[in-house]
Amino acid sequence: MLARRVIPCLDVHDGQVTRGVQFGKAEAGELRNVGDPVELALRYNEQGADEMVFFDITASAHGRATMIAVIERAADQCFMPLTVGGGIKSVADMYAMLRAGADKISINSSALATPDLIRLGAEKFGSQCIVVSIDAKKTAPDRWEVFSHGGRKPSGWEAVAWAQRAVELGAGEIVLNSIDADGTKAGFDLVITRRVSESVGVPVVASGGAGNLEHMAAVLLEGKADAVLAASIFHYGQHTVLEAKQFLQARGIPVRLA
Amino acid sequence: MIALIDYGSGNLRSAQKALLKVGADVRVVRRPEELAGARAVVLPGVGAFDDCLHALQQQEMLEAARGFIQTGRPFLGICVGYQALFDRSEEFNSCAAGMGVFHGSVVRFAEAPGLKIPQIGWNQLEMVQPDCPLYRGIPEGSYVYFVHSFFPQPVDPGIVATRTTYGQPFASSVWRDNVYATQFHPEKSQRVGLQLLQNFVTLAAAA
Repeated sequence: MLARRVIPCLDVHDGQVTRGVQFGKAEAGELRNVGDPVELALRYNEQGADEMVFFDITASAHGRATMIAVIERAADQCFMPLTVGGGIKSVADMYAMLRAGADKISINSSALATPDLIRLGAEKFGSQCIVVSIDAKKTAPDRWEVFSHGGRKPSGWEAVAWAQRAVELGAGEIVLNSIDADGTKAGFDLVITRRVSESVGVPVVASGGAGNLEHMAAVLLEGKADAVLAASIFHYGQHTVLEAKQFLQARGIPVRLA
Repeated sequence: MIALIDYGSGNLRSAQKALLKVGADVRVVRRPEELAGARAVVLPGVGAFDDCLHALQQQEMLEAARGFIQTGRPFLGICVGYQALFDRSEEFNSCAAGMGVFHGSVVRFAEAPGLKIPQIGWNQLEMVQPDCPLYRGIPEGSYVYFVHSFFPQPVDPGIVATRTTYGQPFASSVWRDNVYATQFHPEKSQRVGLQLLQNFVTLAAAA
């Protein structure tokens, strides 16, 4: 049986893993330094993480070169799937990351600006390679709007509609990040996660809000997510990936215990 | 020396590093003549069936790989490199001819309510040929990493080495004589994957 996945997420700023408390804090300097991305990746690799996601939160030219080096080092030592996101604007950017050792490319603002980038990437590398990451915020009762640029810019898209459009264009996976829940540790947004998961035929990864292991179980069971993404809960040693998986297994969720 | 065929496939580096990790003397090759001294060949892959076969054709590697297989030395196809060994694919109006080493078509998972396609993630191996040397030391039910929407349906069920179930059972790997091929990615399957590659390197050393 296909296992549900537990995926640690590393936000990389200038070659270091950082963690902001909520959206848009990188600019304000409110980032806590968590450590070397490759060291963390190796630790999670040992703990049996199913995949790893690296987000380049600087996404400048200099940051890009640093990120390629990080991916190369991680891919040399972690024999597991790696996803890279942040500032990917072209098929050439995608290819550079894939050649560095990434397996999947996550696009967000650039897909909203140029939806055709999804199709171009999928045609060139296959749908399985193209992840569309969606930052959604509840803007009215029963309405979740998609925001770009790290949650700052409203896109006009409703979350389910954008997810479906992204899949039509060739996205092989959707990461759904709740702007309201991100960094709060109060749990995932189960309602929008479930809506998106039930309206697309590709896997949905839930992101934003994991404060404890029960939150993870809830978004996999009630939220119908195929995988969970989390950062702080692992970075600060609150739980290991193995503990998370053991907890999920005890709740009857199929996981891979390596 | 194990030759790793580079036809522009994105995941080349991962396959190369995983082979190095298990002690292989691996060389990335692009031209047919570079296969001459190889004890074994690995054809990696990710992406589309037609792209893979066109690229191999352009580099004159299609014939070369078929020729290598006929020498009886170990050959490992991974993901699209597995699918390429079959006759044809049903992927997006595919028109490229496969290598035809094995008979059968590459087909898409059948749509079913709640079944997400592509299959992305870790799924289990059911051993169909427990004596397959590629799986020495790998227990029944081990998890390996898949990321695909298509899989080959061999005409000869006797070549199926492992089966995996995702909505329906499918041939997650095959084995006949010196040819081994997996739909999953051993280079991304952590300890289990490295064990499989180690077994392949051992086979190559004995060849």
